[in-house]
Amino acid sequence: MTDEPLLRVSALSKFYGSRVGCENITFDLWPGEVLAIVGESGSGKTTLLNCLSTRLLPSSGTASYRMRDGQWRELYRMSEAERRFLMRTDWGFVHQNPADGLRMTVSAGANVGERLMAVGDRHYGNIRATAVDWLSRVEIDEDRIDDEPRSFSGGMRQRPQIARNLVTGPRLVFMDEPTGGLDVSVQARLLDLLRGLVTDLGLAAIVVTHDLAVARLLSQRMMVMKDGHVVESGLTDRVLDDPRAPYTQLLVSSILQV
Amino acid sequence: MTDIATYNFAYLDEQTKRMIRRAILKGIAIPGYQVPFASREMPMPYGWGTGGVQVTGSTLGRDDVWKVMARGAGDPTTAVPIRPFSRKVANAAVPPDTPSATIIQTRHRIPEHPLAAGQVLVFQVPIPEPLRFLEPRETETRKMHALEEYGLMHVKLYEDIARHGRIATTYAYPVKVEGRYVMDPSPTPKFDNPKMHRSPALQLFGAGREKRIYALPPFTDVVSLDFEDHPFEVQTFDQPCALCGAENVYLDEVILDDHGGHMFVCSDTDHCEKRRADPASPLWEGRAGGAGAGDQAATPATPIPALRADPPHEGEGKEAQ
Repeated sequence: MTDEPLLRVSALSKFYGSRVGCENITFDLWPGEVLAIVGESGSGKTTLLNCLSTRLLPSSGTASYRMRDGQWRELYRMSEAERRFLMRTDWGFVHQNPADGLRMTVSAGANVGERLMAVGDRHYGNIRATAVDWLSRVEIDEDRIDDEPRSFSGGMRQRPQIARNLVTGPRLVFMDEPTGGLDVSVQARLLDLLRGLVTDLGLAAIVVTHDLAVARLLSQRMMVMKDGHVVESGLTDRVLDDPRAPYTQLLVSSILQV
Repeated sequence: MTDIATYNFAYLDEQTKRMIRRAILKGIAIPGYQVPFASREMPMPYGWGTGGVQVTGSTLGRDDVWKVMARGAGDPTTAVPIRPFSRKVANAAVPPDTPSATIIQTRHRIPEHPLAAGQVLVFQVPIPEPLRFLEPRETETRKMHALEEYGLMHVKLYEDIARHGRIATTYAYPVKVEGRYVMDPSPTPKFDNPKMHRSPALQLFGAGREKRIYALPPFTDVVSLDFEDHPFEVQTFDQPCALCGAENVYLDEVILDDHGGHMFVCSDTDHCEKRRADPASPLWEGRAGGAGAGDQAATPATPIPALRADPPHEGEGKEAQ
């Protein structure tokens, strides 16, 4: 870890008319750090994630990102072309529903290769070799490289989506409920994979989840949100083992024990 | 104007022509950019060349010679209704041969005869958006054009190679215009893509249903997209035209009987007929191969009578009217 953060968010707010999406969010994210944003449905965590990934523009506040050349850029002042370029090179976005993040009608290999072609790679052999490499890293066999994602099972579809996002070596990945809607054994394998990738590649990630177990496994730090506000933040283990805010205590005690 | 007094010249009213000309001028100013225009209802169904007819009608002057061709020939289905239409509304001299035409309206083919400066080639385009089947949202494709995000176009070519081992796209093969816009060259075979590159003729594209016009001014760079290890290549044929013996031209397969008999003939019928009429002409030297050598120039005539006698092909290569 370096002594300079990767992302600086200050007083970020998003209002939908008079309704609060999220309000007055301030935090720093360091390189290689995984931050979990937890909270119940409607707490504003996805709104916050969409604002941070510039898919939504906030009502007020700023977010600055340290580019690869060390320059700080304010995200909401960048041109759309620059933001979209950032989105497909230095960032990744893993959707809860793989159909939102994948092209379901082109093969898994082309899905992974799309970002390479978007940044100007024009050598088919190299693109394919990279796709094979990345699909194997997310544990997809080489003989499925030419299959369309819609022929994959629900749990398996997350894998090409992850590979597709990581192929350009991003430094920051946004994940929106990456294991939502999967059964527990598939979820466990996927979490294992994600944890391995994040550690190996030194990725910084912001993971939105309502599942505290996901937060515990993946993240070093977490923020608990309720009604658009951050009610508690800190190291994941501290927050989960010693929750201070009443809402966090409720959340932690609501976990079902088997 | 004698018997066509009920119609304005070239069918369209002057305000419409003005609107379409503005779109054409904008298209010429931004080569490869799809200019939206208020496409009119034409007295023919969508898919039968309504875009091309509107572009031609707005470009046509009284001295122009309007040639209509569809699959390279003058008589396929889509060209047939346009011809009497053009004669009726514009008194246009149709169908002339390629070199004498000033406006050539086409679907599928660029004539084999090289176009000259001053000629206008009008394409009838069914789907102007090259990204359409990859990205269904029009808002998104417009943004991709604006921001020059064309990685997706290569995804299509990647898919071709992954499935077929080579780039299997044979028509509507995407091109990059002047290093900027990616353009769909309409359903012309990729065989004709190189002819678009730095063509001395003005090339206009009209899509009536999709309400888009785009253009290639003369001498515009048109580069077919490809991969470094799978370069762009055009179709090749292992035998010359069965009628005129031309090589390096685009051939159509013609079924002769119910027993698997078939032959390959020039798809550009005007070109083929002229070669047969005058096989020794120096016009064919060094171009469209085949007819260079003396004996070769003589042979094309031999197989033709036999084939011509075949009843189903009575009208092949002849004009419908």
